[in-house]
Amino acid sequence: MTSTAIVRLENVGKQYGKVVSLRNVTLEIGSNEIVGLIGDNGAGKSTLIKVLTGVEQPTSGSIYIRGKKIDAASYSVKEAHNLRIETVYQDSSLGEKQPLWRNFFVGRPITNWLGLIDVKTEKRIAEHIMRTTIGFRGAGIDVDTPVSRLSGGERQGVAIGRAMHFESDLIVLDEPTVALALKEVQRVLDFIRSIKAGGRSCIYIEHNIHHVHEVCDRLVVLDRGEVALDVPASSLSYTELADFLMSLHSARDTSAH
Amino acid sequence: MAEAAHTPGRTARTRTLSDIFKIEGVAIALVFILLVVIFMITAPRAFMGYRVYMSFMATVPPPMVIALGLTLVAVAGEIDLSFPSVVAFASYVFCILYIDYDMTWLALLAATAVGTAMGFINGLVVTKLGIPSLIATLGMLFLWGGLVTVVSNGASLAIPDIQGTLFHTIFAGRLGVFPVQILWALLTAVLIWIVLNRHRFGESLLFIGDSKAVARVVGIATEREKVKLFTLMGAMSAFAGVLLTLETTTYFANAGMGYLLIVVAAVFIGGTSIFGGSGKVVGTVFGSLIVAIIEAGLVASGVQGFWTRFFIGLVFIVSVTLNAAIEDPDKVPLLKQLRSRAKK
Repeated sequence: MTSTAIVRLENVGKQYGKVVSLRNVTLEIGSNEIVGLIGDNGAGKSTLIKVLTGVEQPTSGSIYIRGKKIDAASYSVKEAHNLRIETVYQDSSLGEKQPLWRNFFVGRPITNWLGLIDVKTEKRIAEHIMRTTIGFRGAGIDVDTPVSRLSGGERQGVAIGRAMHFESDLIVLDEPTVALALKEVQRVLDFIRSIKAGGRSCIYIEHNIHHVHEVCDRLVVLDRGEVALDVPASSLSYTELADFLMSLHSARDTSAH
Repeated sequence: MAEAAHTPGRTARTRTLSDIFKIEGVAIALVFILLVVIFMITAPRAFMGYRVYMSFMATVPPPMVIALGLTLVAVAGEIDLSFPSVVAFASYVFCILYIDYDMTWLALLAATAVGTAMGFINGLVVTKLGIPSLIATLGMLFLWGGLVTVVSNGASLAIPDIQGTLFHTIFAGRLGVFPVQILWALLTAVLIWIVLNRHRFGESLLFIGDSKAVARVVGIATEREKVKLFTLMGAMSAFAGVLLTLETTTYFANAGMGYLLIVVAAVFIGGTSIFGGSGKVVGTVFGSLIVAIIEAGLVASGVQGFWTRFFIGLVFIVSVTLNAAIEDPDKVPLLKQLRSRAKK
């Protein structure tokens, strides 16, 4: 835990015109830790992730990746991939009609000099990821199954497995359990634990604080663009966390009136 | 599971049967054979002899080559309707270079280059101007068609003396009674199958057609791939134009117009998804044959010639609906309503 942080944000701010989305955010993601990012709608969670993964540039402050300062102007999604940071979006990470093996390798296929895909190798590796990394035991699912036949939880698993295969150090999960059945949620939480077991880090954005408290090492609460809380998960019980979030609500209500 | 254990023989047999149908093109090949058998009964004089099949193999290659290109376009969720004018343009370029300079190989090269350039411009219009490809390429159909009519002064050209040249023998000659151009079309089919199913370009097209958002997230340069796609489509349309010119040894401005319906029909009868994201190259090959055999078979069976377009349109609508229903029954609103009513 003493090694340099994978990502460090220093006094990062982001403004859209007059609207301030992030204000002086300083945040560190260490190696091999799962950080839960909590906050209401509009608290700045998605903006923070966009800045972190190169989708949008911050208006102020600086980003360090593994101790190296990043040139904000040239930081892009591709650059983030190269720096081994990967985002798993809720519903736009997988091609519905395409088989699993294609989904594992799309954008980064194994090809020869002619650009022809080595289907056999890709299928073999995809099979391996399914069996070991994400532990698929689902009946009737193999590498040729199209994504459309997977459940919501299995889809998250495939996207997470892909991110892990490509040696991402930091995997960002954008509300992976939204609209999932209870049993499926447990599977996704297991996938998240496998990220940690694989020696990587994860930022887990979630509405349901119960799930966050269950799997995360550290909790970060965003409120109106600022970091309101940044503590180890073990230092706070579930009820204490809930009380803290409620207090944010009431503070906001009184300030609004 | 328990049932399967009790009747191992039957499950094994049904499994092999369903496996056979999983092989690309088996179902549509059966439809094709069924049509041949039907026409053998309704028009035995034409369909029991070999001549009609030889004539198919001479006339089907140009639309088949275009349909193969259009299959890739459809996979990416786009459409290109400008190909009849590209066919005409390539045909004109080939004829004029042959007539004025006696060129053959160079004329083929030039015609293909012109088609490639037209396809590239089509791609730019679709991606840079952001017009849906259906409308953009419909506009380009008129634009290129008008241009070739102007350039050629509205006249037709004939190059009957190209028959007998080595070039003509290679691309449109006969091996005995067998037209060689079908071999070129099948070679194109093999190449396009490899591109779609085994090349990274094909994979990009599959994901673009599946969902643009996903394609972008996984790092596919969607615009660049689409420009490449329309460029390839232009090149293939031009090659088809030259094949057509060699068979008919003429150029006229409306040369490709007759292909508009039958090429689009061949692609979607063949099982390529109208929603993008999946394509069947073998299906397109048989789709092209089916469209051709319906045209010839109906006439030979004594149906008035005017009816053939009607029936091709009908087969087109029915097969596209069936293919969509196989893909996902809920994509056909009529079936969706019927299903939800049945549930109640």
